[in-house]
Amino acid sequence: MYQAILFLPLAGALFAGLLGPFAGARASEVVTTTLVLIAALLSWIGFYEVAIGGHEQRIELARFIVSGDLKAIWSLRIDTLTAVMLVVVTTVSGLVHLYSIGYMEEDDGRPRFFAYLSLFTFAMLALVTADDFVQLFFGWEGVGLASYLLIGFWYHKPSANAAAIKAFIVNRVGDFGFALGIFAVFTLFQSVQYDAVFASAPDHAGETMQFLWMRVDALTLICLLLFMGAMGKSAQFLLHTWLPDAMEGPTPVSALIHAATMVTAGVFMVARLSPLFELAPIALNVVAVIGATTAFFAATVGLVQNDIKRVVAYSTCSQLGYMFAAEGVGAYGAGMFHLFTHASFKALLFLGAGAVIHALHHEQDLRRMGALRKVLPFTWAMMLIGTLSLTGFPFTAGFVSKDAIIEATYAAHSWVGNYAFVLTLTAAVLTSFYSWRLMFLAFEGKPREPKEILAHAHEPPLTMGIPLALLALGALLTGGLFAHLFIGTGQAEFWRGSLVTHEGAHHEAPLWLLAAPTLAMAAGFVTAWYFYITNPLVPFGLAKRFRGVHQFLLNAWYFDALYDALFVRPAQQLGRFLWKTGDGAVIDGIGPDGIAARVIDIANRAIRLQTGYIYHYAFVMLIGVALLITYFLFTGGGVKP
Amino acid sequence: MLSALFFYLFATILVGAGFMVIAAKNPVHAVLYLILAFFNAAGLFVLLGAEFLAMILVVVYVGAVMVLFLFVVMMLDVDFAELRAGFIKYLPVGATVGLLLLVELILILGAWATAPETVAEAPTPPAVDISNTEALGLILYTRYVYLFEAAGLILLVAMVGAIVLTLHHKRDVKRQSISQQVQRTRAESVELVNVETGRGLS
Amino acid sequence: MTIGLSHYLTVAAILFTLGIFGIFLNRKNVIVILMSVELMLLAVNLNLVAFSAFHADLVGQIFAMIVLTVAAAEAAIGLAIVVVYFRNRGTIDVAEIDLLKG
Repeated sequence: MYQAILFLPLAGALFAGLLGPFAGARASEVVTTTLVLIAALLSWIGFYEVAIGGHEQRIELARFIVSGDLKAIWSLRIDTLTAVMLVVVTTVSGLVHLYSIGYMEEDDGRPRFFAYLSLFTFAMLALVTADDFVQLFFGWEGVGLASYLLIGFWYHKPSANAAAIKAFIVNRVGDFGFALGIFAVFTLFQSVQYDAVFASAPDHAGETMQFLWMRVDALTLICLLLFMGAMGKSAQFLLHTWLPDAMEGPTPVSALIHAATMVTAGVFMVARLSPLFELAPIALNVVAVIGATTAFFAATVGLVQNDIKRVVAYSTCSQLGYMFAAEGVGAYGAGMFHLFTHASFKALLFLGAGAVIHALHHEQDLRRMGALRKVLPFTWAMMLIGTLSLTGFPFTAGFVSKDAIIEATYAAHSWVGNYAFVLTLTAAVLTSFYSWRLMFLAFEGKPREPKEILAHAHEPPLTMGIPLALLALGALLTGGLFAHLFIGTGQAEFWRGSLVTHEGAHHEAPLWLLAAPTLAMAAGFVTAWYFYITNPLVPFGLAKRFRGVHQFLLNAWYFDALYDALFVRPAQQLGRFLWKTGDGAVIDGIGPDGIAARVIDIANRAIRLQTGYIYHYAFVMLIGVALLITYFLFTGGGVKP
Repeated sequence: MLSALFFYLFATILVGAGFMVIAAKNPVHAVLYLILAFFNAAGLFVLLGAEFLAMILVVVYVGAVMVLFLFVVMMLDVDFAELRAGFIKYLPVGATVGLLLLVELILILGAWATAPETVAEAPTPPAVDISNTEALGLILYTRYVYLFEAAGLILLVAMVGAIVLTLHHKRDVKRQSISQQVQRTRAESVELVNVETGRGLS
Repeated sequence: MTIGLSHYLTVAAILFTLGIFGIFLNRKNVIVILMSVELMLLAVNLNLVAFSAFHADLVGQIFAMIVLTVAAAEAAIGLAIVVVYFRNRGTIDVAEIDLLKG
């Protein structure tokens, strides 16, 4: 059954990819969507069996590399963590497939699109079912590839191509660290299989390893390098620049990859490797600091963005920071739980935004929306549910998971935890503000879109509506339904060692702590109401007054400009130098061009010998004769004396 | 003693004439000096006992070839004013190489000459008492007849070649073809026309 | 003193060198080149006959005769070429015969 979960999407991808042009768009859509939905159904069955029922599995598929100590075997590791991820990935993927049937109906490249979606699903599933680092890396790279293909799906747009390359390259920076981490794992443990590594990890605690010119603690080094990969893949602070630009891809892509699944691969990885991370406290601190900083940073940037998808993108970035912050203080369960709930409400928000964009005929700028509540009531309701969940309105899923994280950071009682606590709480205020800002700007107020567009705005078709409704259900209910399993008292039996759980860390939190996130949410809501409903001119006035700050936030703290100056320009200059001077002048100069020029030189000089005067030629002949005679004079010419 | 004197006489004039051939400004003078050189060479040949060859040299070379040279020099109507002397410029290099060659030649030939295989110091007369001419004839038409024939062929080819190279018909010169003139028929040369009074031929 | 083979050979060598000088030292006219060739051939003839005399072998003289024949033929052809050349170019200045220039 688990092989089916893994390979059905691959079959769909191959069908749509190879036979798509012949079978037609409709067939590609239907086949791929059906296969992924079947996989989703099987995943829920698997979730029940493994996570709730406790029947963990290891399924070996084929040998990949067996070379000395290096053994990499394609196999499926089905434990609770995997089951949770399987459910998340296949369900959201299936719903996105269904949604895309409606959203992409006017697009000609549909077979390609669905093939890529299913390919991505396969790669992600390979990642989460991995039992060793090599398969993890395979899935890791596979989702990166699918992300590139999907961001650049509309390849006629130069901006889409640029965004796809940017995503791939920034990911590559992270993957570089990731690969180094895997090499370090193999060097230290002589194995890349999870079980072997986890079992022998405590024995290697405190060992040091040579890294460049330093001797550092081995496990810390490994975890830091692996986390570098997570930073790239999950768009954390410093390697986040690709995520907003990734919005060039179609909205279903943003929902699937850049909200629910690919970017959560980093979170999953840290959770999966929690036995290692637990032995590297410094690395964990780094994780928490980076996560909290990201949460805060992305929230500040999201405050002033004008593109509806970018607001949600920075929101994703911020929420990922929350997950890492939780994992950084040891609350892996909370981090995974937030991943679980976030998948539903963030996908819901993206798909809802997609419905709005679809209704307004591909208008994405918030400044040109407004007064849509009466026109698109269903969409408004869906977005409302998503926003409530994201901001942490009581009893929504987001409320449960986000509060869990904030409490965990407080309960860590370390300077890192306190840092994370302050930042995540502040970010909660900001999250609430920008989420409600989005809602108010899009759905309330006076209409700012052109009259014809507003007249043609219509609710999404059924294929888009059903996923929205199902995700809304998830955004509401997953919190209450699963909290006790993920983070509650039942977590030990639930996780069963697939990630590290701390039972004893559960103590009663003070009342103000329980109320703090809700208060934060309320503060953000009230401020947004004031800014956008009561007194809509206030934001403009503030932006003008604090122009510098506004620009700073609008340009995402000028990170793009910074990286451009630090890395891109020098790289381009180096490339140009190597091309023009190195390749052109030196190599070509010494090689073909140089030889050709020398030949011409020498020929030009040799030409001067051809004077055309016979007596010159006769003279040269005479010199030759004289030399010959001299030679024979001294060597005897073979005549015996 | 006498032969030595004659040898030196002939040899000196020969070398001197040879030098003047190449140094003379006037090409006619150069030809004349060459004639002088040939005469003295013939004298040397006589001293060596090859009188047939000496006479042949005079008759063929001087009488025919040098005269031919004179013909051509005079025919070409060379303008004196154009004759520059680029002589000096190349003299050093040329002189060096030439001297080197000369020294080597002398060394080689001298070395061989002083080698044991050298025979008598003086030119030996032929063993049998016949004239040089007769002796030459005896071997030329027997053992070396092929060479003889080949030499004849060479001369033939040279003759044909010289004619082919220089023959050209002048366009504007009227020529006669006797046979064509003789074979003329009445029909091609005379035509009877009935001329009307006062009209004329037209 | 007795005139030995080496004397004749020396004379021939000098003549030969003079002939070679003539070929490339003159810039005046082509006829001199042909005459220098004749000089060289004369030197060779002198060599041949000298050896023939001192070795009492008449082959040398036969050889000299053949050389004579060839020299005459070559002079004729050479002069014919000079004549045609002059007809076409109008000059026999050696310095202007450079159509083979590369």
